[in-house]
Amino acid sequence: MLELKNISYLVDEQSTTKEIIRDVSFKVDERFVAITGPNGGGKSTIAKIVAGIVKPTSGRIIFDGTDITDMNITERARLGISYAFQQPVRFKGITVKDLIKLAAGNEKGNVDICGVLSEVGLCAKDYINREVNASLSGGELKRIEIAMILARGTKFSIFDEPEAGIDLWSFQSLIKVFEKMYERTNGSILIISHQERILDIADRIVVIANGEVSAEGKKEDILPELLAGTAACPALTEKMK
Amino acid sequence: MDQIQKTLLEEIAGLHEVPQGAYNIRVNGGLESRNTTENIDIVTKTDVSGIDIYFKPGTKKESVHIPVLLSQTGLKETVYNDFHVGDDCDITIIAGCGIHNGGDRDSEHSGIHSFYIGKNCHVRYVEKHYGSGEGTGERIMNPTTNLELGENSTLEMEMVQIKGVDSTIRTTNGVVGKNGSLTIKESIMTHGHQTAESHFRVEMNGEKSHVNLVSRSVARDESKQLFCSEIVGNAECTGHSECDGIIMDHSSVSAEPQLTANCIDAELIHEAAIGKIAGEQLTKLMTLGLTEQEAEEQIINGFLK
Ligand SMILES: Nc1ncnc2c1ncn2[C@@H]1O[C@H](COP(=O)(O)OP(=O)(O)O)[C@@H](O)[C@H]1O
Ligand SMILES: [Mg+2]
Repeated sequence: MLELKNISYLVDEQSTTKEIIRDVSFKVDERFVAITGPNGGGKSTIAKIVAGIVKPTSGRIIFDGTDITDMNITERARLGISYAFQQPVRFKGITVKDLIKLAAGNEKGNVDICGVLSEVGLCAKDYINREVNASLSGGELKRIEIAMILARGTKFSIFDEPEAGIDLWSFQSLIKVFEKMYERTNGSILIISHQERILDIADRIVVIANGEVSAEGKKEDILPELLAGTAACPALTEKMK
Repeated sequence: MDQIQKTLLEEIAGLHEVPQGAYNIRVNGGLESRNTTENIDIVTKTDVSGIDIYFKPGTKKESVHIPVLLSQTGLKETVYNDFHVGDDCDITIIAGCGIHNGGDRDSEHSGIHSFYIGKNCHVRYVEKHYGSGEGTGERIMNPTTNLELGENSTLEMEMVQIKGVDSTIRTTNGVVGKNGSLTIKESIMTHGHQTAESHFRVEMNGEKSHVNLVSRSVARDESKQLFCSEIVGNAECTGHSECDGIIMDHSSVSAEPQLTANCIDAELIHEAAIGKIAGEQLTKLMTLGLTEQEAEEQIINGFLK
């Protein structure tokens, strides 16, 4: 489905060059692939590189056999890449209904708005006409962000720390969302997460630290290492204690 | 009415035909048609151009449409419309002005609206300004609004100018009485070399009076906008004003908010923000499959809605 080949991303900072991402290669072919690793490791940057928001300095991105490295955000979205941001964006005047319709790609309202909202634990009646602005809580915005991805229903989706702010809802429900999404799209889902229960549904886990892949493999091999603290992810093990 | 006038009427009032209830349609400086009801009377002024509209006390769930259409190039007019709203009314006023200028001389409408609103009223006022026509003559609108809001009364005003007005100076002066509540929502978009100025001055003289003034504007191309507001609290009151502007291309927007509290129990707040469309908003919509231009359109439409 997706392959990153030797992706590097350098930024100029004053007189020096900072390597945000260094020679990252991995493939996503399974149902669920999780990326984990310490904060500031480069996980969100990789997601943005896949969505086309950040242009890598070098390396190639192959999606379904097509080299998409030079495509813009819109072209990639139309090919079937969706990205639920870590920090959802607020809009003045645009409602939940507007966004979900835009995500579904039809103006006529053929999308089941109530259905996608209830999947993320929001009652459509209360939210459909709310503006996606600062009056919504962080957790509500996160769930609307996820609902947009459900409305799109593309073959490839990235969720960037979807667990943030879902305290009132449950991990179990979130996992169900991913499972249902897979049933519908038969594609691949890339989930960036620190949560053991989410990592546990992954077929493969990629650990990103200091802009590099520090460990990668089957969930059965990587998760015990992470929990034992041998894989290079002190932040994660700290969280799971 | 000819086709151009009918199109203007649809743009400013969403009307395809003669409206329900009371109305007064003014076309090219003259009366086109009028209807009054048992509770709403409309009388032509004799000293100056314009009308007096009388709402009987206790008028409920009635509306009046007072559109003004100009399609003759070079026409300049000043019109006085006074609204006399008796106590205990619940009414809607739909105003608006459309200018089509196909010629090379300037067309100008200056509407002076005065509201005398009694006690315990709920009044909704909707106004849309629109211009069209390929002529080189300018389409100019300079509306002045004077408000006197009585005890326990609420006035909600929605004023929209989205397209085709070359130059506008909008002046609003209001006085709010005891327990009165005034809400003003203004949406403005300017293009090309258009200029738009809004000047608001609201005095809260009554105890527990309230004002909420929200202006949203988008300036494109080389257009220029100025927003001035002055809220004066002379009694125990709450006032909030907000000016939110999006600038694009080579446009310019200035905001000059002013708050004056003359009473220890006056609570006044102003918020102002001017800037370009947030990059992350464009990015988000593009990840949903929209082009940059489509994303921009959605963001602006939502913002001005
Ligand atoms: N354009 C940039 N310029 C400078 N630093 C950047 C830029 N983009 C990302 N970074 C830095 O790269 C690191 C990785 O960020 P990020 O991908 O958000 O990490 P994670 O999602 O794993 O927490 C952070 O230290 C961040 O500040
Ligand atoms: Mg991140």
